[in-house]
Parts: sequence; structure tokens; C-alpha cells
Amino acid sequence: MRHEFRVQVGPAAFRIGSDWRQPLDQMAALYNGYPTPEIPDFTVRLFARRFWRRFLRPSVMIGGDYMLPDAAPLSLAHGMLGAEMGMNLQMALGQRRYLLLHASAVERDGKALLMTGESGAGKSTLSALLGERGWRFMGDEFALVDLENGAIHPFPRLVSLKNEAISLFEDSVDASRLGPLMRDTPKGDIRHLRPPDDAVEKMHEPAHPALLLFPRFGHAPDIREIGQAEVFVRLTQASTNYVMLGEVGFDTLSRLVTTIPSRAVDYPDTESAVDSVERLWAELAA
Amino acid sequence: MSDARPLVRALTDPASTGDLDPAGWTALIAMARAEQLMGTLAHRLDGLDVPDAVARICADARLSIDHGRRQALWEAEMARRVLAPLGEPVVLLKGTAYVAAGLSAGVGRSIGDLDILVRREALDAVERALIAQGGWEWVKEDEYDDAYYRDHMHELPPLIHKDRDRMIDVHHTVLPLTAKPMPDAAAMIEESEALDDGLRILSPPDMICHAAAHLFADGDLAGGLRNLWDIDRLLRDFDERDGFWAALGERADRHQLAKPVACALRLAETLYETPVDGDVAGKSRAGDALYVRRLLARDDWGGETRKGLRLAFYIRSHWLRMPPLMLARHLWTKWRGKAHHDS
Amino acid sequence: MSDAIFRADPPEARRMVMLDGVALIFHRPSGLTHIVAPPAPQILEALGEGDASPDTLLERLQRDYDFGAADDLAAALDARLAELETAGLVWRP
Repeated sequence: MRHEFRVQVGPAAFRIGSDWRQPLDQMAALYNGYPTPEIPDFTVRLFARRFWRRFLRPSVMIGGDYMLPDAAPLSLAHGMLGAEMGMNLQMALGQRRYLLLHASAVERDGKALLMTGESGAGKSTLSALLGERGWRFMGDEFALVDLENGAIHPFPRLVSLKNEAISLFEDSVDASRLGPLMRDTPKGDIRHLRPPDDAVEKMHEPAHPALLLFPRFGHAPDIREIGQAEVFVRLTQASTNYVMLGEVGFDTLSRLVTTIPSRAVDYPDTESAVDSVERLWAELAA
Repeated sequence: MSDARPLVRALTDPASTGDLDPAGWTALIAMARAEQLMGTLAHRLDGLDVPDAVARICADARLSIDHGRRQALWEAEMARRVLAPLGEPVVLLKGTAYVAAGLSAGVGRSIGDLDILVRREALDAVERALIAQGGWEWVKEDEYDDAYYRDHMHELPPLIHKDRDRMIDVHHTVLPLTAKPMPDAAAMIEESEALDDGLRILSPPDMICHAAAHLFADGDLAGGLRNLWDIDRLLRDFDERDGFWAALGERADRHQLAKPVACALRLAETLYETPVDGDVAGKSRAGDALYVRRLLARDDWGGETRKGLRLAFYIRSHWLRMPPLMLARHLWTKWRGKAHHDS
Repeated sequence: MSDAIFRADPPEARRMVMLDGVALIFHRPSGLTHIVAPPAPQILEALGEGDASPDTLLERLQRDYDFGAADDLAAALDARLAELETAGLVWRP
């Protein structure tokens, strides 16, 4: 590959190779200050399907150690998104050292709040917002559960802000923390946000989970209890490596489910969500 | 241009990795993953002094392999339970056979679908039992693929288990019916050997014949380094057995696979220093070097190289499997499908 | 199915956690997790005494547990046995 960028995000080390310089320069700027690993865990490749497509209407194919068939190419302007998608895919398909939950996580007083739910439920935006309001941001996409002691390890990759969520941050954070605005990607408008400095500095500090929430955006405010068996099932569905881990995955997940409280939270807007989170945290975790 | 020679060297002589720098390790791991040989590499490196990051990656790979092995053996057991009442011989093929029989080729090997070989006359009953009692169902394929499988291939269209999400390929012969060599599948089943649980594996010579047929006939030599590694490990397991090499020569002739078996042996010897019998392997040929170049077409990033050579092997592999007109029809349908997806 | 004989793996082949009245079972030979409702865990336990037909199983269950009406239990037993067989937790030797 002509260009290379390496970055360590929490416990996972990546190298990204690219036929083009631009996406890697954008990443290097936003990941400034993250450690550079020597031997990466995962390789991601951004490449042109045909040689001439490097130059003419460049179309970025995403490859790597772990791949899904039929990944559609992106335009070069969306190249950095491709790299981030590739990194996520390596985690989703290749992570073996932790139970991987498709969940966001924030920390306060040494204890972690986990938020999981389907895409569009708002867990990512909510974690980023809390990260700007006194919580330590641990990750907006994956929470890594320690297989020995159940602690949550941070994975503070760049936050991928989507559509309306972009404007929530554009005016309030330093411009140097924002990547280029990528319009009309397959996921709509995307803008990457560098996590706050403390999230980067503490990327190797785990925290024990204290509360699990299932937020759902766009509904009248409501809070419901969920049975532990249902929580267990929903978390197996939110994990890409639960089955792979075998018995240790079963132990880790059943311990998580039986030791921390969980609630479903519906909310109409982000301010209401932040209020609900603070209230539930004070009531159940603090 | 870089190629996959470092991977071949590390597998053949694991201690030689002692001189790798971080870039060398990084490339080796990417190649091993791309060739589905990371689990094998991890086992070959077991006990050697490697950098911490590499040791962690190897531990990950061993975990994946253990999982895959458990899953593969379970799929075989579930098929056994469903098919046992039929009283038909069920022969495990490829990776599942290697781990079930405790062969060296199974150590560290990643295993995909469950492949079984049954008598052609039993095909309908096997299919019915898997679907009615076992919980398998058709993978939703378009009609063309379905008809194609049934008319011309050596297996049923793949079935997938509705709960476990795992595929089973039921074969009644070793190569597609349209292929020129006609291996004697009935004889393979006849000569197969029973495992403790009643499932069966091919006899050692037939296992090599099948592995060689699989190496050359299945696709465009994709996964060739792994398939050739299977052959290397199998031959090392069987090398000492009385009369093995003579039997291999006979069976290869019987199955019309003398050429592919000979070529597989020569390639294994060239790349993996496999002990082979000169009579069965025959003299090296000019074309061997081309196969070696194709097998090693992988760069430091795990990416494919030598695109032209890959394409040549792809077209050739389809040519071998099908008469030309049928090939044209097949490729046309594939391209049409592809173009549709791309747009 | 009444003349069929069923077998289960020994108890050490399983890990069981009860949550909200259902059993989460991790099955070691397959690496699969199953969620089963009563009397499935009790059936597995009763098969620990040895292979059994549904009739024998019914006797063992009635001996050890108070399940109420016998007709309902027989129907529930058949249904659970079918589920357990599909899951691979019991089989016919």
C-alpha cells in the first residue's frame, strides 16, 4: 500500500493502508496524540478496485483481515468513513480478548454506564454528549467487557456524528476536534468528532459497570424495568463475539446481567435523555 | 514484488521467524489471515519466543480455532443423529474429517461448512431427513443457481440450519458431473473407514485424491496455500504407513486423478518440503512454476497480487469443470448478476 | 413418540443459570446457549438417572416434583422433549 497510518485505540491496535493520502491525513489529524503501535492487531485496507480508479472518479474499496462480502465502495471524499468502518469491522469480527458489546459507555466516579440499543436509538450521540458534560467518554460504538473481572475497557475511537447530531456539537466544541463534513454517505451526513482529551489520556483505564440502559430516541418519555432473561438475550444479540467466546462469554455475560440494574429509557429529545440518565444514575448507581 | 513466501517459510520452519522485525511480523500475520492459515501459524509458533503483540494475536487465533473445531464437530454430530436411522454410510470430508479423525491437518485449521459424502442413491433420503427432522433448510438462492447445482454440480444446493446458521454441503461425488475426471465416489465410500461414533472418513489414499481434486478443481486456486498445507500434513501422517504410496498411485489412477495428485505432491514438496514418493509425484513440469507463482500471490498487506495470473487460473478452473458452452452460459449469468449488484 | 428412548449429556456437560423463572443453559459440547422453560431443566435432570422413554420420564418427574395435573404434564413433556431434541440437548441413542 502506498500510504500507511497506525493507531492504538484502547486495547486494539490498527494499521490502515491506503492507495490515497487524503483519508489518512484526516485521520492522523483527529487521532493526534493516540499511541502508535508497533505490531498491530488488525489491518485495514483502502484500495482502488482497478488501477485507474485511483485517479479517475476514485472509488474506495474497503478490505482488511476480516471482511464481509459485497461491501459497496465509497467515494474518495468519504474515504475516512471507510477506514472507520473497516476498523469497526475488524473489532466486530476479530475481537477475542473481551466480550464485545455494541454499546456506548461513559464513566463517572470510577463506575461505568452502558447504553445499548439498535442503530438510531441514540446511544452514540448520548455518550458523546455526556462526554462533554462531566462524564468520561469511554466509547460510542463498542464496550469491551473484561473476561476475568467484568470491568469495561474503553474503546474511544472517533465519534461518528450523524445527521441532526452534527449540529449539537458544531457550535460547542473546538473546531480542531471535528473532521470534514461528509455529505450523502450511505449513512447520511457524517462528521467525525475527536473524543475529549481525558478520554484519550485514560484509554487504558477500565471501569466497573454500574448501570445498563436501553435508550430509544423519538418516543414519549418512559422508563421501564426489563427482566434479566430478556436483558441477557438482548445483549447476546448486541454482541458479535458472544458465541465465539464459548463458556467464558456465558460466564461474563451472565455475571454482567445479574450484577447490574438495567432499564429501558424512551426519550423525545437529547435534553430529556440527559435528565433521565442523570436521574437513573443517582437512583440506581451512585 | 513481495509474495507469500515468508508465510510458507514460517509454516515450514517456525524457528526461522526469530529474525523477523515488527514489519516482518505484521506482514506475516496479514498473509496468514488472508490465506486462512492464522490458526495453523499460531500452532506452529507455539512455545517459541515471539513478541508480546504476536503472542496475543496467536492466542486469539487459537481461541477461534477451538471454537471452530467445537462447532464443526457439533454439526457433524447433529447430522449423525439425524442420518443414523437411514443406515447409510456418511463420510466426512475436508476439515471436519481431519479434526474428527485427529489428523495433523486438523490442528489449527479453520473449518467452514460441513461437507459430507453419501451414496448417490441415498441423496434424496438424506436431503429429506436433514430438512424434515434436522432443521436444515434451503439457502435462498435464485432459481438459476439452484438448477445449476442440481444439474451439474457434485452436491446438493447448500442447506443451512435454521437455528444454528451453519451450512451443510451434501456431496454424492467428488467433482462436478461435468468435470472431465470421473472419480469413483462409490469406491471411495466403499473403502472409507469408520470412526468411533459411526461417521466415516476417506481411506488415506482417497483422502489425498480428494484433497488434490479439491485443490485444483474448486475455484481459482483460492485458498490454495491452505489446501496444499492439508496435503502436506496428511502425507506426513500417512508417509510411514505400509503400502501407502503404492496404494495412492493405484487409487489416483482409478479415480482419473493421477495428474492432479502428482502435481499436488510436487507443489507440496516445492513449497512445504513434503516427503513424497517420486513414482507418484512424477517429474517436475514447466507449468509447476506458474502454480507456485499463483499460490504465493499475496502481498505484505494480505492483499491479492498477480491479478492476471489469478484470472487465468479462474477461467481455467471453470474450463476444467464445464464444457465450453455451458461455461459461457454460466459466466454470463454470473456477470449479469454481478453487474446488477454493482449498479 | 412413546416408544422412543431419550438420552442426555451428563450434568457436567452443562452450565445452568436461572433468570426470571427460565433456565439459561450453556451446553459445553456444542458451545451453544439455550433458554428453556420448565419442565425442561427437570427433564435433563431426570435423564441423569439413565436413558428413558417419555413414560418413564413422566414417572420420574411425578415422583420428584409437584407439577399438578398429569395430563398437562404429559403434553408439556412431549413439547419440551421435542425442543430439547432440536437443540441437541437430548437425543435418541
